[in-house]
Amino acid sequence: MSYPTNLRIVKVPCTGRVAAIHLLRAIEKGADGVFIAGCMEGDCHYQEGNLRAKKRVTYIRGLLESIGVDRERVAMYNLSAGMGPRFAEIAQEMTDKIRQLGPLVKSTNAGKEVVA
Amino acid sequence: MSATTPSRLEKIIAAGHLAVTSECGPPRNGDPEVVSRKAELLRNHVDAINVTDNQTAVVRQCSLASCIRIKLLGLEPVLQMVTRDRNRIAIQSDLLGATSFGVHNILCLTGDHQRFGDHPTSANVFDMDSTRLIQTVRMMRDEGRLLGGHQMEEGRPQMFIGAAENPFADPFEIRVLRLAKKVAAGAQFIQTQCIYNMEKFKLWMKQVRDEGLHEKVAVLAGITPIKTVGMAKYMKNKVPGIDVPEAVIKRIAGVPKENQAEEGIKLCLEQIEELKEEEGIMGFHIMAIEWEEKVPEIVERAGLFPRPAVNGSE
Amino acid sequence: MIMAKPKKAEEIISRVKDFSRVLVAGCKGCVAICEAGGQKEVEVLASAMRIHFSQIGKRIEIDEVSLSRQCDKEYLQELADSIDSYDAVISLACGAGVQFLTEMYGEKPVFPGVDTCFIGVTEEQGVWSERCQACGNCMLGETGGICPITRCSKRMLNGPCGGSENGKCEISLLVGRDVACGWHLIYERLKKLGELERFRRPSEDKDWTASRDGGPRQIIRKDVRP
Repeated sequence: MSYPTNLRIVKVPCTGRVAAIHLLRAIEKGADGVFIAGCMEGDCHYQEGNLRAKKRVTYIRGLLESIGVDRERVAMYNLSAGMGPRFAEIAQEMTDKIRQLGPLVKSTNAGKEVVA
Repeated sequence: MSATTPSRLEKIIAAGHLAVTSECGPPRNGDPEVVSRKAELLRNHVDAINVTDNQTAVVRQCSLASCIRIKLLGLEPVLQMVTRDRNRIAIQSDLLGATSFGVHNILCLTGDHQRFGDHPTSANVFDMDSTRLIQTVRMMRDEGRLLGGHQMEEGRPQMFIGAAENPFADPFEIRVLRLAKKVAAGAQFIQTQCIYNMEKFKLWMKQVRDEGLHEKVAVLAGITPIKTVGMAKYMKNKVPGIDVPEAVIKRIAGVPKENQAEEGIKLCLEQIEELKEEEGIMGFHIMAIEWEEKVPEIVERAGLFPRPAVNGSE
Repeated sequence: MIMAKPKKAEEIISRVKDFSRVLVAGCKGCVAICEAGGQKEVEVLASAMRIHFSQIGKRIEIDEVSLSRQCDKEYLQELADSIDSYDAVISLACGAGVQFLTEMYGEKPVFPGVDTCFIGVTEEQGVWSERCQACGNCMLGETGGICPITRCSKRMLNGPCGGSENGKCEISLLVGRDVACGWHLIYERLKKLGELERFRRPSEDKDWTASRDGGPRQIIRKDVRP
């Protein structure tokens, strides 16, 4: 199975592990788009991790739109582990969409956690 | 009950006659003629005229000004006062102002929430509620005292104190307990919310009688003639606290549009006849909103005209 | 506890767009519990702001800190060494915390990052409801543990009013959600407790001096002062 080479994959045991901040950090660190690929709804091994992920994606899409970033840059997809070709399809779809939207300005803005 | 204030309404009730009151909604501007016109329509056909107080929290000419106007026309006003918009200082001040013009009737209300009106962003007051207002008027009248302790030697309000009750609001069991509380606080007459559900109203009246309240307070049944089926549906669905049974809607809807108004009047006349027989009903409060011109006709067709003469009334 | 909701990112951004070094200060107290101003919210806001300013080509440094509370000087003290390097602060604490931070570090402009709403409880995750108006004179013992000042839209002491329908306040029609009639709740509770006689008695007068109406309030406890 082949998929676009511009993909950076981060594996997690369940998409419920992905917090809202992770989606933003990916963009801060240079991603032009982020998608979460979770299990089919109703099939989550951990009950509803993928449903939590979906809510977070929805929230971040809204937040991005409010700060002038196209909401389509972040998306949620559902598929089962055995659906290799579907994964490639999703990857291509997302890549095409991001190409169409164009690159984001790379973040040069710094920020650190102040140790109080 | 013998009358203790100069109120004509109180005298009528004390003499054992069925009382008739109606209401007058002031205009949404400073026009001096509107209230005069509406009040004149009612002359000789009612014992007292209520003036609403920024009803549904919509800004209108204030009730006090309109009551003064009605008084100056030689008619008898009922000052409706809500506690939503004024604190105890303004309330007592307005009561003294009303007293100085010889206003002898007050209807003590809490008031619709301001979010219903045309200024939903305003702050509200609710320094007190209707029950506390009743107590306040009574204290000013019977003890000559303001809430803060000031003693008035003369110029005490001489007001016949009224309150509203809604037999159709929830919880039903508590409606009579609340009435008992208002009577304990000093309420002498009650005007009810407009009635369409006769069964429920009679059930409430029975509870009122079981508590012996009918002997302590004069209940005036609220009557509002339905003009169109649209009006009936609006009241049913959009106005909290009004109970319009399906049967009533069907009845009005069942006649052609041009006959609906007359059907509405017929219904209200039937209600009046039925309630004349209900023990504890001491009169009727006819609220013909934006249809005031029909009130004299209703009073006449209901056999309540002419109004009785009483001693000392204008 | 104190419940707040996050302000819109656009509003906060518009306030600080002309600064170069901004600190986003969260609070691990009440606002963290209602997911408006805790560490997670600080991170998300700061990150979103960095992304935004990058897109419009503005250089800005946005740092993050989360204090245990912003309503106690000992925790605000922790910022003493670092605060000078910032030209503005966005505080995600409740209104009290924002003000206290300002009192301590007043030379910096401080902007609120949340709207402080009420004293309330967590009904379930994501649903917080008001329970207390801080009237300064608690009467919960007389009303079966349900507050008429807070839960009656008209703060009646002799409720319910004529607009109570099916246990709902009349404003339910207007606000798009069911608001319980506080007096309906009180009635049901007093009925359970066998205390319905209370409904016959007009209530005592309410002295509003101890509430907001009496002016900004303060409690001084000599017994616990050093």
